[in-house]
Amino acid sequence: MVEQVDHESVYDGLLGGDDSQWAFGTDFEDPLAGVDTTLPEGVDGHDLATYCLMLADDALVMSHRLSQWCSKAPDLEEDIALANVALDLLGQTRLLLARAAAADPSVVPALPEGSPVPPEDALAFFRGDREFLNVRLVEAENGDFGRTMARLLVFATWRLALFERLASSRDRVLSAVAVKGVKEMTYHRDYAARWFLTLAQGTDESRRRVVDGLTAIWSLHHELFVTTDVEQSVADAGVGVAPHQVADEVDVLLEQVFSLSGVERPTVSPLAGVRGRTGRHGLHTEALSKLLAEMQVVARAHPTGTW
Amino acid sequence: MQQRAHDVAASVTDPEMPMLTLEDLGVLRGVEVTDEKVTVTITPTYSGCPAMATMRDDLVHRLQDDGFGDVEVRVSLSPAWSTDWITPRGRRALTDHGLSAPGPAPSHAGPVPLSLLPRRRALTCPRCGSAEVELTSEFGPTACKALYRCAACLEPFEHVKEI
Repeated sequence: MVEQVDHESVYDGLLGGDDSQWAFGTDFEDPLAGVDTTLPEGVDGHDLATYCLMLADDALVMSHRLSQWCSKAPDLEEDIALANVALDLLGQTRLLLARAAAADPSVVPALPEGSPVPPEDALAFFRGDREFLNVRLVEAENGDFGRTMARLLVFATWRLALFERLASSRDRVLSAVAVKGVKEMTYHRDYAARWFLTLAQGTDESRRRVVDGLTAIWSLHHELFVTTDVEQSVADAGVGVAPHQVADEVDVLLEQVFSLSGVERPTVSPLAGVRGRTGRHGLHTEALSKLLAEMQVVARAHPTGTW
Repeated sequence: MQQRAHDVAASVTDPEMPMLTLEDLGVLRGVEVTDEKVTVTITPTYSGCPAMATMRDDLVHRLQDDGFGDVEVRVSLSPAWSTDWITPRGRRALTDHGLSAPGPAPSHAGPVPLSLLPRRRALTCPRCGSAEVELTSEFGPTACKALYRCAACLEPFEHVKEI
């Protein structure tokens, strides 16, 4: 029997006949429904999944940090802008996590039987900090608006350069995510670059803050261009990008912004890892543990909950 | 059957901009009927567009209301959606409802150039027609819109930004 649904209310029809389900989130259908997720020939599923987790975790953690500005930005326009950037990154995250799960289902954490949590949510909410593979740049605290803009400039410039190359990936899902991401992140990069310039050329106070912000995040900048074994492997297989390849291009772009802003490139030593292991290997700063604790607490408390 | 299913799917409107049908928005990429089953293909506007779920639900409900029992909505990620896919009728509908329609989507060979000046668009105010408009923010109330202000009539308006 077809259930009668009242289309006048947006909530009817979502209930699925069970009105004990009072909380509604976004749609939990497979974001890759109907998309061909067959592995390209000669590609290792686990390596591809691990690489997708790296790209997804960068976006997820950065998205969470940006969303922390919601209701706290200097003015309404920046509040909306930062939430928009966060949303774009969250969209990339969802597709990339779903791609990781399809490439190698063994990367998805096991949940109690009967849990309705889809694979991309299991990956976002049920992995510990040691299993997150993001670069440490994205997990650092936001600081003030100046520091946030300095970080977003570095992050968006780097990720845009990576995605421009990823657009020609042999993996059709990664290629599609990258083509789309380039269009979106062009807005992110230019937004951050304009604010960087504006703050640097503004008052003594705004200049001091953006320069301090850049200096504060600069020790995490070097890590962006270190190519791990997995990244080299997927790059060799024609599905990924080795990040050291974008170092020169990112350098030139950042130099354009710095020189127009009259800001010297900071001289700060890279933040050390532990025996060479850093964010991409699951070794993080304390900031990530706190961020995940807040982000994951509700989902972890209700692993069989329906949202 | 094929034509009827297409007509029903094509009449479903965008949840955020209800003056636009999914067809006018360029999101609807295909409607196939085989053995009583309807397969609708859509392409997301933005990676994180939260309206996608509602679009899917609306497509399924409208087709089911019209007697198609078995409806599947599939996602096509490539080619990526572009504002160039908004139809002329869709553009007129946007303007008629006080929204500024997008210009041609940016295209470039090679790396995306950095732009440190606000993007220049030749726009007119959808309310009074004045060309004296200024950009307030590249990011608006939904992922697809930028905010503008008209210097002549002093009203703010939204511009569907080019991607």
